Amino acid sequence: MTSPAASAPVKTRSRPADRVFASSALAAGILILTALGAVAVFLIAQSLPAFLVDPAELPTAPTSFWEYVAPLAFGTVWAAALALLMALPVSIGIALFISHYSPRRIAQTLGYIVDLLAAVPSVVFGLWGITVLAPFVQPFYAWLVANLGWIPLFAPPVSGTGRTILTVAIVLAVMILPIITAVCREVFLQTPVLHEEAALALGATRWEMIQTAVIPFGMPGIISASMLGLGRALGETMVVAMVLSPALVINFVLTGSANPPTIAGNIALNFPEAHGVGVNALIATGLILFVITLLVNSAARVLINRRKAFSGAN
Amino acid sequence: MTVTTGIVNSLTSARLPKWVPWALLAGSWAVLAVVYGILAAGSGGDYNIVAVIFLGTVLFDVLLVTTSYLVEGSRKARDRLVTSLVATAFVIAMLPLVSLVFTVVVDGWKRFDIAFFTQSMRNIVGAGTEQFPGGALHAIVGTLEITGMATLISVPVGLLAAIYLVEYGRGHLSRAITFFVDVMTGIPSIVAGLFAFALFALVFNDPGIRFGFGGAIALTLLMVPTVVRSSEEMLKLVPNELREASFALGVPKWLTIVKVVIPTSIAGITTGVTLAIARVIGETAPLLIIAGFTSSMNYDLFSGRMMALPLFVYTQYANPGTDVQPYLDRAWAAALTLILIVMLLNLVARLVARIFSPKLGR
Repeated sequence: MTSPAASAPVKTRSRPADRVFASSALAAGILILTALGAVAVFLIAQSLPAFLVDPAELPTAPTSFWEYVAPLAFGTVWAAALALLMALPVSIGIALFISHYSPRRIAQTLGYIVDLLAAVPSVVFGLWGITVLAPFVQPFYAWLVANLGWIPLFAPPVSGTGRTILTVAIVLAVMILPIITAVCREVFLQTPVLHEEAALALGATRWEMIQTAVIPFGMPGIISASMLGLGRALGETMVVAMVLSPALVINFVLTGSANPPTIAGNIALNFPEAHGVGVNALIATGLILFVITLLVNSAARVLINRRKAFSGAN
Repeated sequence: MTVTTGIVNSLTSARLPKWVPWALLAGSWAVLAVVYGILAAGSGGDYNIVAVIFLGTVLFDVLLVTTSYLVEGSRKARDRLVTSLVATAFVIAMLPLVSLVFTVVVDGWKRFDIAFFTQSMRNIVGAGTEQFPGGALHAIVGTLEITGMATLISVPVGLLAAIYLVEYGRGHLSRAITFFVDVMTGIPSIVAGLFAFALFALVFNDPGIRFGFGGAIALTLLMVPTVVRSSEEMLKLVPNELREASFALGVPKWLTIVKVVIPTSIAGITTGVTLAIARVIGETAPLLIIAGFTSSMNYDLFSGRMMALPLFVYTQYANPGTDVQPYLDRAWAAALTLILIVMLLNLVARLVARIFSPKLGR
């Protein structure tokens, strides 16, 4: 028996405490969005003078603001791309090793060891890069320049200290390994087991199974992982500031002593002594870096989210 | 090929026995160790353990693939090749980690003494004196205050935002917050520093502003997304039955969240917060921009330049006096301290997760 009263919707009493709690939670959420907007607004506000001022007053007295930015932007992208080029194959290898090769029991421990790399502060990587890695790789650079100097990438003269863009890229590659590995590993583990078993049942070796089932499934994940890694490498500051010996040039030489600087490294090196419009110019380059990383990261996240939607593994 | 031996077990024929790869690996490492031992003895140079491990692994890859190709055929050989490449990738990633940890411990140990933790760098030139060799107390205090302040701001904001996303959020706004929180995790740390500088330079109308609280704001910007993401994951793990049971007893929603949902997930949230602290405590670039650096003690977050441990590493390395070595020693000691703090935080996070996590019966 249903009485008319029971079928009518029951109205819950609205409590003030409930409303306070709900709206403070909402406020926190909105605050985060506002913060991101504020980053853009304040950076733009502080960099406007650099765009408007006579370019001759900028730090290196270029003919236009963009001439000042060009080597920095080039160096940023070039160093990050080199780092990604080195880190990506190794990361995919490690991710496969953890997800499909190592015994189940030690897989988690191996993942934890790789995550340890992410826990090392960047300034320590910088110190290690300058005191250990640079002297270590310098003889290899000398050999490369002496024997392969005809390749434009290794054009002479060689750097005497090893503080080149290639050294920076190696350290950056080590630093972005963990994040690329972590994302790839997650995606590889999501591969439908039925696909893998089907491939193995048809007589595929483990590599053929990975080739036909795991890699095609994980492709969007690999792409977004590399974009996340790229975003990290673009914004990494201390390693570049400490290891690179910069010069305001645009070239592709990996082993020389004149290397294009990066935006982040340039800011870290020059900000403490900057004054007047120089500060605004540095903030303007920071704004450009912010926009670049925002685009790269958004693209990566869109790709990851799309993958989530049809993987059925969430 | 013709079968001449009569019956052949098709499952084990043309297969390398299981011990062969391991024997090859040990063999190649041993060969390279001997070769480099002779080289080191001949030239009197250092024994290059990195090259032994790396080249030994490469030699192993080549040997294994060749053997496999001869015995097992090309498909199996390609499989072996990939297996060994994948294992080599892991070894390659371990080399810098091992080298880095080794260097930090060996070089950092030299100045890892009491004076390092009880003195600042005020009036210290070069190696200092026997009694006052200079230390990082001012940097440690600064790091604790700045990171503590950042934690104090980002935990309530991050936790409330996570609660909004899990318990209240529907539709576009919640999806936008989730998306932009993800995007914010990728903001370069130096941009966060520039933001804090741009903000406070405008607010206080001081184009050369440097103070600790600004550093805390910059770190907050980096920390909040991590806190939101991890808390959100943890709140989602709380079973809906618990919430429904609480609602059925007539408990209001906010009290359900405070008394049921959060206590259930508190271990995970603590872990996430600790990991977030570990992440921002090593940040150098934002503090370089907005907190500045000094060699004196400063306990006041709101006025004056403030040193931090990562920045101490950087300035000791970047601005040495005529005698470089004491500065480098201090830099390494600070690096060791920093790594120990980060490792400790990671360890605490994992212990909390293991000990206090509720048993969900799965």
